[in-house]
Amino acid sequence: MAELWTTYGFPLFIIVGQSLGVLVGLLLFTAYILYADRKIFAAVQMRRGPNVVGPWGLLQSFADLTKFLFKEAIIPSSANKGIFLLAPVITATLALSAWAVIPFDDGWVVADLNVGLLYVLAFSSLGVYGIMMGGWASNSKYSFMGALRCAAQMVSYEVSLGFIVVSVLMTAGSLNLSDIVRAQDTSAGLFGWYWLIHFPAFVIFFISAIAETNRPPFDLPEAESELVAGYATEYSSTPFLLFFLGEFVAINLMAAMVTILFLGGWLPPFDWGPLHAVPGVIWFVLKVCFVFFLFAMVRAYVPRYRYDQLMRLGWKVFLPLSLGWVVVTAGVLVAFDLAP
Amino acid sequence: MIVATIAFYIFAGVAIAAGFMVIAARNPVHSVLFLILAFFNAAGLFVLMGAEFLAMILIIVYVGAVAVLFLFVVMMLDIDFAELREGFLQYMPIGALIGLIVLLELLLVAGTWTLAPEVASLAASPIPPMAEVTNAEAIGQVMYTQYVYFFQAAGMVLLVAMIGAIVLTLRKKPDAQRQSIPDQVARTAETAIEIKKVEPGQGL
Repeated sequence: MAELWTTYGFPLFIIVGQSLGVLVGLLLFTAYILYADRKIFAAVQMRRGPNVVGPWGLLQSFADLTKFLFKEAIIPSSANKGIFLLAPVITATLALSAWAVIPFDDGWVVADLNVGLLYVLAFSSLGVYGIMMGGWASNSKYSFMGALRCAAQMVSYEVSLGFIVVSVLMTAGSLNLSDIVRAQDTSAGLFGWYWLIHFPAFVIFFISAIAETNRPPFDLPEAESELVAGYATEYSSTPFLLFFLGEFVAINLMAAMVTILFLGGWLPPFDWGPLHAVPGVIWFVLKVCFVFFLFAMVRAYVPRYRYDQLMRLGWKVFLPLSLGWVVVTAGVLVAFDLAP
Repeated sequence: MIVATIAFYIFAGVAIAAGFMVIAARNPVHSVLFLILAFFNAAGLFVLMGAEFLAMILIIVYVGAVAVLFLFVVMMLDIDFAELREGFLQYMPIGALIGLIVLLELLLVAGTWTLAPEVASLAASPIPPMAEVTNAEAIGQVMYTQYVYFFQAAGMVLLVAMIGAIVLTLRKKPDAQRQSIPDQVARTAETAIEIKKVEPGQGL
């Protein structure tokens, strides 16, 4: 029995503790990211944004959380009840579970998988199920249209995301996210990170990440001017909260992926003593916030795409470009014998 | 090892139950969702065997792409279940025949392995120890050397299928209004608007 405890019990205890730590940190971070998103959007439109609950409105997200929790959950009478309630749970769970492999600092990772990159790709591509199930189970035209759009959109942009990931992993020589960050650790600091040598891929990844998470200007699945609220039309209360949470956690995940793949994860921007003294997790969070700031600015400035333009961009522009980038990367790596 | 064994039986049990529900569920959308559950559990079994690369590829390709399109189509179909049940007896002999053939072939494979254990090693290539190379590298090492022709052949089959699908669906609709970005960019003020001088009280 004692052996069972040391082999399984204790590690299990540690893993549960780590997961809870990541979960709590992530949810708090998401609450403030939501606040930041609204504040940035307001600043662009010269409004004040949330400023009533708490000092400078800092507790706004928690007020919203309480509001969502205590509202009545309405289930449409002709909805497919089981799937209707399962869909938001799936969205939130999948979005949260992808964080298991994200390294916040050297060695600060819940599961140091050898295939961490594929794991993240797999879980972000599964996010479509929550939306499709929710849209179908609502038994409403708007929801269903939103679900169909979402499915087509996410499948399209995954392809270019996948190809860019391939070119990054060829340069780093590993599918392990920590190893990818370590491969960017050169004396050039900021300029040794992959955003510079993979610049076109960085731009395509950034735009595809916005499309993959259904953020404006690619928020066609919930385009409120056409589809009421898209797949979320029939949702209220806690189920809606879960959808909302899943969406924002997925956005944070994409910001973290941009940070890890292109912005050097936990590495300091310059190879200079005092900067190394700052804990890596601080650099990581700062970079994620920076990427999110860019996402928020794109949302504030760019008008919504038309659906055929979205598909054209995905298949006719990004797919050939990212595929070409894979070929170029592989060619350079082989020609100059740089492959790790 | 006890935990691995328990995990194996859970994954295997759920996979079989989900596989059964795929054909037993009344609603086709539920069937597809059970199919996805079965894929997931198969991926779990791969992880237990130490083939995490295959597990992730299974999820990305089958669950993340193929099953999404499946669900996409099934959701849009309006299926009359009573009609579907009617044909059941009619198609049963063919279905049973196919099932029987697959079962026999599986028995043949497994039976050969049991009768002549050396057969399994004929097609196998040496597997490098897991501590030295990750299994993505191990697959890459044999796939692009020993099995390169099969790999290319599989690529050709997929290419032909893809071109076939495009040819079948590509139709030029003469009356469809399409956006032509070069045309839009090439427009100037002179070609786009025409200024007319309208006399008061005359109209155009």
